[in-house]
Parts: sequence; C-alpha cells; structure tokens
Amino acid sequence: MPAVATLPAWLQRSLIRWGVHPDDHKRPVADLPVERLPLPSRLFLPLQQHVGAPARPVVKIGDHVLKGQLLAESAANISAPVHASTSGRIVDITTYPAPHPSGLEQPVMVLEPDGKDRWIDTAPPADPFALPPTEVGRMVSAAGVVGMGGATFPSAVKLALGLRVQVEILIVNGGECEPYLSCDDRLMRDHAAGVVDGIRLALHAIGAQEARVGIENNKPEAIAAMQQAAAPFPEVRIMPVPAQYPMGSDKQLIQVLTGREVPFDGRAADAGVLVHNVGTCHAIHQAVRLGRPLVERLVTVSGGAVRRPRNVVAPIGATAQALFDYCDGLASAPARVIMGGPMMGNPLATTASPVIKGTSGLLALTQEEVGEGERAGPCIRCASCVSVCPMNLLPLEMAAHIRSDDPDGAFQLGLNDCIGCGCCSYVCPSAIPLSHYFSYAKGALAANERAKLKSESIKKLTTARLERQEREAREKAEAAARRKAEREAAKARAAAQANAATAKAATADVNA
Amino acid sequence: MLAAVASLTVLGAALGLGLGIAARRFHVEPEEIVAELEALLPGSQCGQCGYPGCAGAAQALADGKAPVTLCPPGGKGVAQALAEKLGVSADLSALGESVPMLASVREELCIGCTKCFKACPTDAIHGAVKQIHAVLKEACTGCAKCVDSCPTEAVGLVPVPATLTTWTWHKPGHA
Ligand code: SF4
Ligand code: SF4
Ligand code: SF4
Ligand code: SF4
Repeated sequence: MPAVATLPAWLQRSLIRWGVHPDDHKRPVADLPVERLPLPSRLFLPLQQHVGAPARPVVKIGDHVLKGQLLAESAANISAPVHASTSGRIVDITTYPAPHPSGLEQPVMVLEPDGKDRWIDTAPPADPFALPPTEVGRMVSAAGVVGMGGATFPSAVKLALGLRVQVEILIVNGGECEPYLSCDDRLMRDHAAGVVDGIRLALHAIGAQEARVGIENNKPEAIAAMQQAAAPFPEVRIMPVPAQYPMGSDKQLIQVLTGREVPFDGRAADAGVLVHNVGTCHAIHQAVRLGRPLVERLVTVSGGAVRRPRNVVAPIGATAQALFDYCDGLASAPARVIMGGPMMGNPLATTASPVIKGTSGLLALTQEEVGEGERAGPCIRCASCVSVCPMNLLPLEMAAHIRSDDPDGAFQLGLNDCIGCGCCSYVCPSAIPLSHYFSYAKGALAANERAKLKSESIKKLTTARLERQEREAREKAEAAARRKAEREAAKARAAAQANAATAKAATADVNA
Repeated sequence: MLAAVASLTVLGAALGLGLGIAARRFHVEPEEIVAELEALLPGSQCGQCGYPGCAGAAQALADGKAPVTLCPPGGKGVAQALAEKLGVSADLSALGESVPMLASVREELCIGCTKCFKACPTDAIHGAVKQIHAVLKEACTGCAKCVDSCPTEAVGLVPVPATLTTWTWHKPGHA
C-alpha cells in the first residue's frame, strides 16, 4: 500500500478502510488560551509514571528541594527518573491512589511547595547538534522524558534503540485523534518552534535523515503553525492526514505516513521507523536546550460535567481534583471520570489521583456523553465491528470465545494485536462491550502466564527442599555411622589396650 | 454383491491394519503419561487433592478418576495445562469462583515454634526458634499445610491482594 499521506486529500479518505468518526468535542476548548494551574498545597509524585521499573528515591523526608531537582533515579535499563515539580519540602514518602481504574495505591513522594518555584541551576550546551547523538540521548534520559501521548515508555530508551538499529524515518505523532483532547493541538499552535526543535534534536539523537509529522486535518491552525516553524528545515515534513479515529495509534500512523506495515508482534523499529508524540518532542527540546527535566505538562480538562473546560498547564503530581476545581468545579456528578481520551483512556477510581507524565486529559463525562446504560443485546452478525477494526481482527468471533471462557481461542484469532481502540464497541448496534471483553481477556491471559511462571518457580523450590531433606538425612546417617565407627574403633582400641595390659600382667606374673 | 462384499472386506482390513499400526506407532507408555502429568503439577505434595502427593494425583488423572481441576493450589493455569495434556476440555467455571489464597502469620499470636516452617512444602515460611515467622508471598501456593500445623492458630489464609501489576478488568456482565 502506498503512503496515503502523500496522495491528494480527496483520495486519502477513500483509501483508509478502518476506523470511525466519533463527535470530536474538541472545540471550543481547543481555541481557548492555555491557563496555568496555581501551585496546589501538595503534590503527589508517583515513583512509577512510566513503563518499566519504578524509580528509586534519592532524597529523604524533610529534605528541601528545588524545582527540577532529582527526587528518584532511574532504577533499571527501562525506567525513568522523577524530578521535583516545584521547590519545596518532601513531607512524606508513602502510598497514594494511583491514576488507575482500580484505585489501588502506589508509592509516591509528597512535596509541599514553598511557593517560590525556584529552579535548579542548569547549564545547557551551547550547540547540542555539535554533541554526539548518545550524549543527547543521555540528556533526554536524565530529564525523565517519557512518551507523553499516554504510552509513557521512556523516550531515551527508544532513541537509543533507534540509533542502534538505524531507523530511517522519525514519525511524529500529532494526530490527537481522541475526542475532547486538544493539548497537542494547543502545544503545536503555541510552541511550534519548540516542537520542531525537539524533532530535530530527536533526529540527531537517532541519526535519521527525515521526520514526518502527521497532523489530522481537523487542526488547520496547528498545521499552519507547524509548517511555518518547519519551513527552514527541509528534513521536517508536515503531513496533514484525514481525521479518522484511531489515526493517532502508532501502527496506523506509520502506515498512513510511510506505507510500511509494522510486523505482527514487531516493534516500529522493525519497519525502520520510530514514533514520538509532539508533546514528547517538546519535552526533548526543553530537556536539551534549557536543561529542564519534565516537571509539568499540558492537560485538557473537559467533558460535559466541567463548568469551564480548558487546557491547563499543571505540575506533575497535582491532583485531578485540583484541576477540576481550577476549572470552577463540576456542574453535575459525572457518570465517569477519565484520564486520557474517552476511547482509550483509563476511568479513574478517585479524583484524588495525581496528574502524571502521560496524562493528556482529564474528562468528567455526563451520563448522556457516556451513552451507556443500554443493555447489550445478542450479536446480529452485522460485521460492522469487523469493517472498522484497524487491525483487521474479528471482534465478534474473539468476543464469542471470551464469553465462553476460552481466552486462548481469542488469542489464536489475534487478541494480542488488538490495540484496544474501542472502534468495534463504538459501532456495535447491539451495544456489546467488545473492547471491554478484550481488556478482560488480555488480563486473564497475563494472569495465566504469571501463574505458570509461579508454578514453575514453586516446583524448583519443592525439588530444592526435597533434595535438601534427602541430603540432610544422608548427612545425618553418615554422621551417625561415622560416630558409630569411631565408638567401635575406640572400643576396639580400649579392648586391645586391656588385652595388652592383661598380657603384660600375665608375662609379669610368669616372670615373677 | 460379491464385489461389494469384497471391497468392503478389503477396506475394513486396510483400515484395521492402519489403526493397528497407529496404535503401536503412537503408543504412550502409561508410566510416561503419569510422569508427564506429575511434571505439570506444582509438586508441593500438599495432599489437598485428596491423593497422597502429586504422584498419586497424576496416577488418578491418568486413570481418569480425577478431574483436571483437582489441584487447588495449581489454580486455573495447572488445570488448563492438564486438560491440554490429556486432550480433554476443561470446565474451569468452578475454579473461576475460587480466588487464589496466601498464608499470613498473625504476629501477635506467633510463638516461634517453627512448626509451620517445617510443614511448608515450598519453603515459603521463614523464621527461627522463638522468632515471629513470616510468609514469602512469591513462594506460597496457599496449600494450607501450615495452617493446620500451627498450635496457636496464628496462620490463616487470606486472598492474594491485587497490585497494580496483577489487577485485571472483570468479565463484562460479571461485575
Ligand atoms: S478488536 Fe481491538 S483493535 Fe479491533 S476495533 Fe476492537 S478494540 Fe480496536
Ligand atoms: S458489531 Fe456487534 S452485532 Fe455486529 S457483528 Fe459485531 S458484535 Fe455482532
Ligand atoms: S506458607 Fe503455608 S499455605 Fe503457603 S505453601 Fe507453605 S504451607 Fe502452603
Ligand atoms: S506454627 Fe504458628 S506459632 Fe509456630 S512458628 Fe508458625 S505461626 Fe508461629
């Protein structure tokens, strides 16, 4: 298939045979100026805001820290450090509700701002393009930059991979196909120069020649701003793409921009490309040009229940409640509060959960917007779900297997390729919660996998114990045998001595 | 008529021969299958299945006397593996109800007698004489052997707590 994005606009739409067009609900929020959240009284900084190992704390309770100071260091190859979002005091290291549907607690550092918002001293390089690519990667890693589109994969790890396998094209994801969200749109309109600079730094870090920036054509202002900012740099190509959900999914965007397919179970790098979100590129720009770690981000606060929806710059660690309060609170009790977009985001168990590096949006949706409550009917085999699935899967068949407790059957049909986009659930006329089935089954399969690993390790433990018991019994028996032998030898010696003594006595007797 | 009888006889003989050869060719020694089944079981010899140890359970499985869901600490994973090995379809719905359990020691009751420490088939309990004992949750299968061994009822089973990495969505319609 050719790269759809290089074809004329009227052809593009007809060549894309997947996806849906939900109401985008992006305006008027996208057109309102960005506001900055005043410093809340407490910030809750999770040690794990990224894919990989949690960060390891390097400060103590009671320490005074400056904005941008390292609080917890990267603890493994795949991990990311956490920095102070403002200056203040670490008042606690404890557990706190994670921004996760379960509402389970996770380790956090609690930072009490001192109100001065004082930065650490930074010494950014004069010309980062004169530095070796690995050095740029190291700066990105030290700044704690992770995928800001929501995937939260440590960016430096991706850059290093890109350099190692020599990817040719950097794909920059400005799709923002989820309804309601407009933080990437705003970022491109307001900070196009920074984003383009970040793209060029990322190109330098992976040694690639070309960047293609995919922006959905429902954001004409962002396209114009980016085109202007990228004009002096021919290596950065701005490519408008049709607004079609889920355009912002990596595999789909790669295909539309390059015509390449990411192999099943493969990484983007296997297709010679690497994907970074526009927000991530901006964070790379800040990290390398200004030496500033990732401590704040743009969050779209929206949804029918929010009184004054807005794009807000919030420090990492501010609670969802603080952002809603800043937007004049909720007009009605929301049916669902979501972190991220309405299609692929996570419902939040509590608004006490903090904003993390991957938080693109906070949505308080009304019952009407959630549009559920209709009971799922039987499947009428209309195949609508099949025709919209961007991964060419058979949602109805997979769901049937899962319903009858056969997640393995769904796995055979490609469950692991499902990106959880929710297109199938969106179009199903019988309101079958298809993508919910798939999330459930993926979890069940992962649990099975864990159970298998555990039973293997337990078998090792049992065998080790049995061996140990045998060895102990054997050693005991051997020791007993040895003692017995010693006793007998001693006895024999004693007897021999006694014999000798009697013999001596006898001779003495004879001699006498 | 004769042709029909002859052709059917020949067909029958040929197929019979085929079956005979297949039976020999793919014959599995009974001991072999028992050993293979035993390898799939946790091997903690806890006896919860009602058989004397995992070897007894494997024998019962091979004889078709026990269902693949016989092993409580093995849970769904083991049941599935057994069903695959035996080529039967497993009804796992009964297992779906039982949540995985974990032993836990109530510190205020433990007198440090080391009985549970000795009873645990997977070395999941740590402690020493006159010291409070503790359970390593990575190694505990929830077999309950320690529970019965404790003279002060300090050990009990609790459901394995969910964590952010083990939490999963519930099945739709089964909230
Ligand atoms: S099956 Fe998965 S990838 Fe396909 S439409 Fe449904 S949620 Fe999206
Ligand atoms: S869209 Fe719904 S009703 Fe139609 S085939 Fe798919 S699951 Fe069945
Ligand atoms: S700790 Fe108790 S329940 Fe857990 S494996 Fe050992 S004996 Fe069984
Ligand atoms: S058997 Fe009970 S009292 Fe004895 S060490 Fe174990 S928990 Fe403590």
